[in-house]
Amino acid sequence: MSENAKKDLTAEIKDLVVEFRTDYGVVQALNGLELEIERGKTLGLVGETGAGKTTTGLSLLRLIPNPPGVIVSGSIKLDGKDILSMGDKEMQAIRGKTVAMIFQDPMTSLDPVMTVEQQIAEVIKLHEEGGQAEALKRAREMLELVGIPGSRGGEYPHQFSGGMKQRVVIAMALACNPELLIADEPTTALDVTIQAQVLEMMKGLREKYNTSMLMITHDLGIVAEICDKVSVIYAGRVIEHGTLEDIFKNTRHPYTEGLFNSLPNLEDRQAELKPIKGLMPDPSNLPKGCAFCPRCDYAMDICKTEKPGRTYRSDTHYVECHLYNKDNIQEGKVKSR
Amino acid sequence: MNSVSAVKENEQISVKKKSQFVDVWKRLCRNKTAVLGLVIVSLLVLIGILSPIIFDYETQVIKTDYSSTLQPPSAEHPFGTDELGRDILIRTLYATSTSLSIGIVTVIVALAVGLVLGSAAGYFGGKVDMIIMRIMDIFLAIPGTLLAICIVASLGNSIMNLIIAQAVSATPKFARVVRGAVMTVRDSEYVEAARAIGAKDTTIIFHDVLPNSLAPIIVQTTLEVASVILSIAGLSFIGLGIPAPRPEWGAMLSGSRSYIRDYSYMCMFPGLAIMITILSLNLLGDGLRDALDPRLR
Amino acid sequence: MSTQPLLDVRNLKKYFSTPKGMLHAVDDVTFTIEKGKTLGVVGESGCGKSTTGRAILRLLEPTSGEVLFEGQDVVKLSKEEMRKKRTEMQIIFQDPFSSLNPRKTISQIIADPLKINKIITDPAKQLERVRELMEIVGLADRLINTYPHELDGGRRQRIGIARALALNPKFIVCDEPVSALDVSIQAQILNLMKELQKKMGLTYMFITHDLSVVNHFSDDIAVMYLGKLIEKAPSEELFANPTHPYTKALLSAIPVPSLDNRRERILLKGEITSPIEPPAACRFANRCPHATDRCRNGEPQLKEIRPGHFVSCFLSE
Repeated sequence: MSENAKKDLTAEIKDLVVEFRTDYGVVQALNGLELEIERGKTLGLVGETGAGKTTTGLSLLRLIPNPPGVIVSGSIKLDGKDILSMGDKEMQAIRGKTVAMIFQDPMTSLDPVMTVEQQIAEVIKLHEEGGQAEALKRAREMLELVGIPGSRGGEYPHQFSGGMKQRVVIAMALACNPELLIADEPTTALDVTIQAQVLEMMKGLREKYNTSMLMITHDLGIVAEICDKVSVIYAGRVIEHGTLEDIFKNTRHPYTEGLFNSLPNLEDRQAELKPIKGLMPDPSNLPKGCAFCPRCDYAMDICKTEKPGRTYRSDTHYVECHLYNKDNIQEGKVKSR
Repeated sequence: MNSVSAVKENEQISVKKKSQFVDVWKRLCRNKTAVLGLVIVSLLVLIGILSPIIFDYETQVIKTDYSSTLQPPSAEHPFGTDELGRDILIRTLYATSTSLSIGIVTVIVALAVGLVLGSAAGYFGGKVDMIIMRIMDIFLAIPGTLLAICIVASLGNSIMNLIIAQAVSATPKFARVVRGAVMTVRDSEYVEAARAIGAKDTTIIFHDVLPNSLAPIIVQTTLEVASVILSIAGLSFIGLGIPAPRPEWGAMLSGSRSYIRDYSYMCMFPGLAIMITILSLNLLGDGLRDALDPRLR
Repeated sequence: MSTQPLLDVRNLKKYFSTPKGMLHAVDDVTFTIEKGKTLGVVGESGCGKSTTGRAILRLLEPTSGEVLFEGQDVVKLSKEEMRKKRTEMQIIFQDPFSSLNPRKTISQIIADPLKINKIITDPAKQLERVRELMEIVGLADRLINTYPHELDGGRRQRIGIARALALNPKFIVCDEPVSALDVSIQAQILNLMKELQKKMGLTYMFITHDLSVVNHFSDDIAVMYLGKLIEKAPSEELFANPTHPYTKALLSAIPVPSLDNRRERILLKGEITSPIEPPAACRFANRCPHATDRCRNGEPQLKEIRPGHFVSCFLSE
């Protein structure tokens, strides 16, 4: 779309194809993935295990393990600069500074033999001028920012609870005030009450620093809570994208609908769960047509043979499904919620 | 029921009634180095069995012949002859049976004892573990060769005593490996699941715990056969192993060391025999470990 | 109800000894489950919900207390008697990846309970029963000789369920049976378990940290906090009138996958009390927004504030 040029994008992925080439075959992790994150906004990337969520996050940092991972084609731009053509040195300068990542498990992403303030200071020293003392001071400030008393900075990770550790990880990610924060299931390992605290804190920080965020999650509840836009990913492609309103109230893709119907409804406990039948397709042997076709209740003949193209339902909302083809528009086939 | 039909549609996995043995065998065959190891080990076993039948002990293996001492390899004696005129090829082949049988018997004894003690210690933990493992520690604290020297020196120089000596020092090693392996498996949920369906401790140990602890045990077993063979060779080298004149690789090496400058072939062949045996056992052990794990298919 | 409950747990305690002192994992927990019903047990990690489930089955020996199963105290049974009792009380584990022996085929895993308890000894009949069980839980017949690692999480969990069902149990402890699964698969398994309950009259104790799942699945819900049962009520009642401050905070913290009716969030502050040698005070007092001196100096007891609704909090007295 022509208006894309006008948008202020922190990150833009175009037609990204990533493969993992193993002895047992080629796993097609991403098959033409497209993604846009606007400055200061949060994009939710929703999907199930194996859909390619984490691979997307790692591609933005160019951290896909190689071998076996290979970026086959496509482009990734951060702040308008193509990172795929960058040298390793240049890329290292970007990691942590322009884009930072929070991983799922706070227990394993901290170094157990370093105090937390040292770990945060390490990141600061890598990217910013100034000596050890200044870095440590900044580190303590960062801890205060995420709600940990600066005086606890001299403690080791094992002295913190799970929620506190995740705060430390977030403090570390934010230490250099990155343009883009990638959060890969940041609260999955945490309890609900702690999760609520962490999400609340992330919201506050995002507003304060105008950081763009990519929120990778499988939990539509978290998406509703914190995101501005949503991309639903299935078998390495974004199959539906839109604003929260678009996705939650005008659900179009049968898979997105299936995700909603699989969730127990808090308001109506008698409501029957309607699971999506079948399983995720084997990523080393994807169906020829639409990847969701074998599990889809609305599948037509064309779905088996042709991959659906992108159809815009509005300026903000697109879907990849034959149900909404130009000559095949079927309003209301997937009921809006 | 939606869920039933959903599952049935997916994927094709063939239903062949395949026995576990065939399965393991197939996986082993896919591993080239393991097959190489297996071929050499089988060859060695074959040699070990056949050589006492083919060669006459009195006239071909130990009979001295001063008319043909220290001959270099030739058509008549492909490996040459030693200082007493005995054919090195025949002696090397004959020694295979001695080394292999002692190695295997020793390891079987040590494995059996170590398996029982180690799994009891690992599975039950607490006091049982404490008592068994402290006793094992005492044995481990004494260097194996030294222990063997003491036993052989006090009980006399015979094959039986050699086996006892080697088994005593190998047992604690097995107990340790088995205990470690058992302990990692003991706390897994499938062991708890087995307990939940009413399985007895012995059933759990033999059906759930040990099969999943096999990998390190098998590797230890093959390595241990190799190390016992090596250590018997060492004992023979210092004259405490197999009593002369019965051929043994270590003893042959020892005998050849004074001729190493002029007649290097004498030590080369028994040395090579030791090397090939140990290498092939290790290859086989690694291959077996992989083949026994259905997850690595 | 006048009928005897299927399971009646009284003052159940399970302490673990640690270098720092006794860890009160389950501390004086009392509840009942009626036949054919589901009790959901919710709480955060470390609250003792899994330990409670395991102590009831005596996979962990309870420190003290009674577990009356059909009126009989299973804690007093000998090891051998307990082994036999387990045919009636089963468990489904959380992690379908670690709860199946990787060296056994599906048919071996499902046949094990039959073999071990000598329920069916003829191999041909065993196989027949295995096929029947696989049919019940929705596993295709062709999978019978595959190994667990060849299957996905959802299928593995079906195997776990089939294994538990093999003995025709009356009562099943479900320890987070769906939390390792993706949402679409989670719904498949939940539906299956509900259907089985209806068909076979099963009684469930459903342990989970996921409140929306427990609300959907259970008749009654018990909320645990640091080894204590702090609130128990029928599901609708609990969600409509949560009374304990912790329950309120917990319910408010659920991320709701909807843009409407966002609720006010109660954010908890303060450190979690250590479960090791806890003081005789309300264990939630440190994080409770309404805590008084009374809460810090004495332990509240579980009291019935409405029919079927039990709370242990001084504020609700």
